Amino acid sequence: MSALKARALRKAYGALEVVGGLDLDVAAGECFGLLGPNGAGKTTTLRLCLGLTHPDAGEIQLLGEPVPARAREARQRVGVVPQFDNLDPDFTVAENLLVYGRYFGMAPRAIEAKLAGLLEFAGLAGREDARINTLSGGMKRRLTLARALVNDPQLLFMDEPTTGLDPQARHLIWERLRRLTQEGKTLVLTTHFMEEAERLCHRLAIMDRGRLIAAGTPRELIAAHIEPQVLEVHGNGADAWMERVRNLAGRVERAGDSVFVYAADVAPVLASLAGQSELAYLHRPASLEDVFLKLTGRDLRD
Amino acid sequence: MRWIAIWRRNFLVWRKLVIASVLSNLADPLIMLFGLGYGLGALLPSVEGMSYIAFFAAGTLCSATMFTASFESMFSGFSRMYGQKTWDAILYAPLTIDDIVAGEIMWSASKAWLSGATILAVAAVFGLAASPLVVLTLPVAFLVGLAFAAVGLVMTVLAKNWDFFSFYMTLIMTPMTMISGVFFPVEQLPRPVLMVAQALPLYHGVELVRPLVAGRMPTNIAIHLLVLLAYAAAGYAAAIMIARRRFSA
Repeated sequence: MSALKARALRKAYGALEVVGGLDLDVAAGECFGLLGPNGAGKTTTLRLCLGLTHPDAGEIQLLGEPVPARAREARQRVGVVPQFDNLDPDFTVAENLLVYGRYFGMAPRAIEAKLAGLLEFAGLAGREDARINTLSGGMKRRLTLARALVNDPQLLFMDEPTTGLDPQARHLIWERLRRLTQEGKTLVLTTHFMEEAERLCHRLAIMDRGRLIAAGTPRELIAAHIEPQVLEVHGNGADAWMERVRNLAGRVERAGDSVFVYAADVAPVLASLAGQSELAYLHRPASLEDVFLKLTGRDLRD
Repeated sequence: MRWIAIWRRNFLVWRKLVIASVLSNLADPLIMLFGLGYGLGALLPSVEGMSYIAFFAAGTLCSATMFTASFESMFSGFSRMYGQKTWDAILYAPLTIDDIVAGEIMWSASKAWLSGATILAVAAVFGLAASPLVVLTLPVAFLVGLAFAAVGLVMTVLAKNWDFFSFYMTLIMTPMTMISGVFFPVEQLPRPVLMVAQALPLYHGVELVRPLVAGRMPTNIAIHLLVLLAYAAAGYAAAIMIARRRFSA
């Protein structure tokens, strides 16, 4: 069953087309990642799917409800973790959850009954009376995640759920998100951390300039779009070396003071590095990040 | 009735800070009331058949209600909308910007009503509002609160930054307070200025409240109520229209 379906979605702000003819399909129970550089249209796509922004054209079905026509009914069964925390600073941890549950029309007793479970999930048991401004960034993120779960949603939208977190906090969030997929919830997340996408997502779509440019499982994307081996080389003389190996194997790319060689077999290139003590190199398998950079380019987006 | 969840959220925050909040809403008007009322009032003969302080108490009831409604819907509302992004969080739930606008206006009007009611209670304790008719000032105070909450929220959803509100405060609210019969009878005003006052909501609140405080039924009740209701309804409609554009563009 399809949890989220979008067809020919378009949204422009003045002359700037932010989403330009987007099709999306997210199956129930999967973790779907929307990747893209800054300004690719990821956040606007999420807002369109939630019915918060009205599309110029296109159709959206969220949990079987047409959006934006019946966005309110759809949101009743959806949770949202926004890119920037907007917890209520006037309330404690527990009050944030209680007040938020009321927005879904839940009875106070029903929310109170869920409180202990949500606090445990967020790793905030015993902190229910803490003020929001005393929480660390990771704690706030987890509380925002718990808040998004207060109505026991079938589908969760997350906009860059681990941006700005330290590795410990990030791993804890990942562990919790895996737990949610095991419980059968559908997750739709945007990210520009390839590692996050590779670890969490069953399926990915890479988006740039408002359009989908590739979609599939992380392995499919790597297999389809990039050579399996990568050699990164940098140091004095890298330029001269690059000219020599250009015809030895695969694709050679230059970024800053580094040279990247992509190939099915990098052995001849590796051999040419022997005795080049000035050059440092890293030989590794191709990753999603290589796919991302190949498809969206290395130019800065800001 | 989904707006009640938003009203309730604001009420719960207010309950935590109730003493500071009530004090800040009442300190200013009460200092003015007793300072000017007794100090200046001692120099004045009775005004419209009342002591000056009773005359001024009726005006203060209205102006305090107006200021509380305006401050809450503009400064506190803007902080919730812009600073804290509380509205954004509410919009992920099955609530809409229309619910938020309604909840915010009802909340600001409620808080304003409390200011008006407290001024009335203080006036009653000092024997300035002895007639049973003063009870009727309570619904009027709510209506004044509603009118200014709605207009204030229009300013909030239009505002790009905090400075925006100073224009409304300085250029509209302060002069309106001067010409609406809060401090002195409007008969003192030149005719064109009086006509300006009559087009604004505060004048109509004062015209309803002052006779009631003096123990008389007001005249032209329907017109006064209608103007206040019109400001509330027009403000509500405009705030929704502008907020929709701001939030779902």
